[in-house]
Amino acid sequence: MSTQAEAKPIPHPTPDEQPYWDGAEVGFLRLQHCAACKKPRHYPQLVCPYCYSCECEWVDATGRGTVHSWTVAHHAFHPAFKDELPYTLVTVDLAEGPRALGRLDPSAQAELRIGLPVRVTFPRNAEGTSLPVFLLDDDA
Amino acid sequence: MSLRGRGAITGIGETRYSKRSPHTAFELQIQASLAAIADAGLDPKEIDGIIPIGITGAPAEAFVTNFGIPDLRFSALSPMGGASGIGAVQIAIAAIEAGLCKHVLIPAGRNVSSGAKAGVRIHQMPQFHLVTEYELPQGAIAPAQLYAPMARRHMELYGTTSLQFAEVAVTMRAHALLNDNAVMTKPITIEDHQASRMIADPFRLLDCSLESDGGAALVVSSSVRARDMPHPCVQVLGIAEGHPDSPSSITQRGDLTRLGIAKAAPIAFEMAGVSHSDIDVAEIYDCFTYIVMCQLEDMGFCKKGEGGSFVEGGRLRLGGPLPTNTHGGLLSQGHMLGINHIVELVRQLRHAGGRAQVAGAEIGLVTGYGDMGDGAMAIMQRG
Repeated sequence: MSTQAEAKPIPHPTPDEQPYWDGAEVGFLRLQHCAACKKPRHYPQLVCPYCYSCECEWVDATGRGTVHSWTVAHHAFHPAFKDELPYTLVTVDLAEGPRALGRLDPSAQAELRIGLPVRVTFPRNAEGTSLPVFLLDDDA
Repeated sequence: MSLRGRGAITGIGETRYSKRSPHTAFELQIQASLAAIADAGLDPKEIDGIIPIGITGAPAEAFVTNFGIPDLRFSALSPMGGASGIGAVQIAIAAIEAGLCKHVLIPAGRNVSSGAKAGVRIHQMPQFHLVTEYELPQGAIAPAQLYAPMARRHMELYGTTSLQFAEVAVTMRAHALLNDNAVMTKPITIEDHQASRMIADPFRLLDCSLESDGGAALVVSSSVRARDMPHPCVQVLGIAEGHPDSPSSITQRGDLTRLGIAKAAPIAFEMAGVSHSDIDVAEIYDCFTYIVMCQLEDMGFCKKGEGGSFVEGGRLRLGGPLPTNTHGGLLSQGHMLGINHIVELVRQLRHAGGRAQVAGAEIGLVTGYGDMGDGAMAIMQRG
């Protein structure tokens, strides 16, 4: 229908959120850890929900985890995603505890199940955003 | 202090629901509000509290101006998406009981055909910030895509099937066919559901609610006053709202299969002093088929994981043990943010349910579900 390619939505990080995206750009899933009680959390937030410290450190996660759930998108609710249909979004239990949402690499589709070991990569899309894509974790 | 039996829904009003209305959202809100106020036997100038619903809800000031309301004493918001309607009723009863005001108008109305679809609208809402920042750029955009992993997890853990989702869809459609104000007018079968195209696996097209234009409104008053008003009193016996764990991100929620209503339901049932078997009719928020069965579990009608088998065998149909969404719901009547569910429960308990009337209905419940799992429920009684 449209001949003009529509751009995908891009993140608009606040300064507090920027370290996550800086990590993504160099291929790491960077998580907030509370500077006081050391517990990791995701997505980024201002306060530690366990000890209420506002101080945090950013630590690169292993990038490994297991599939918690998923959906396969067959309908594009935004025109920029139409050419990628169908694509799979996986909810992943990270080894560190919090979860991440990412695309599942099509090479892992046939194996998809709860508990499937996966590891993250951060390819850059046409908009210049580095986003998590999970591959089978052969070393798990 | 308990709100048990203190408040009543004294006025209900709806416009026609349609796929495309020539009227603006505000016009639809005004039309529905005038109908609800007239239904309550009031003059618009007697409204002294207003709680607008949803991001399309006009501010209270717009109603003050248009109705010439001389002394608005109370206004508030309940920002819980499809749970906002019941949240607003709870706020209204508390405000009336506290003596802040007498008659609260709860107006809703939308014209979505002229504007943004749900996948765009939600990202304008601050409670969706984390989704917008971290998930939208990946193509996780619309409610269907955000809620689908909850349903998939339920299916994988408990063996819930798409055929069980179909039971819900087919039941809602059968009920809509009895409703002269339903957008969907053709029957569907289980096979139609299974043949409908996949939207966000496991949700097929017929698992998804409608996008509708229209308006709906309520008037809330004290139960004492309600007994002197035109219609049989429909009083609120129990009411509560509940917020899920990780309300800003489904991805981070410990238990993907547990919604906010799991926290609200025990409070509402205890306040009402009734049990599940006392419920004659249920109006359960049905943005997606799966969300109906998940709420049934979370409210304790069955155990977690048994929602799929619970909805089988016509249990939710008129004539079944728990007639549900007698108006056709968001899936087949129209999507009016669940205000249409509250309107329908009041109609049932007034015994004005037309062809979908549950004979002798005395006690019923209505639920709301919104944003990423906010929940609310109310138990109402005739008399």
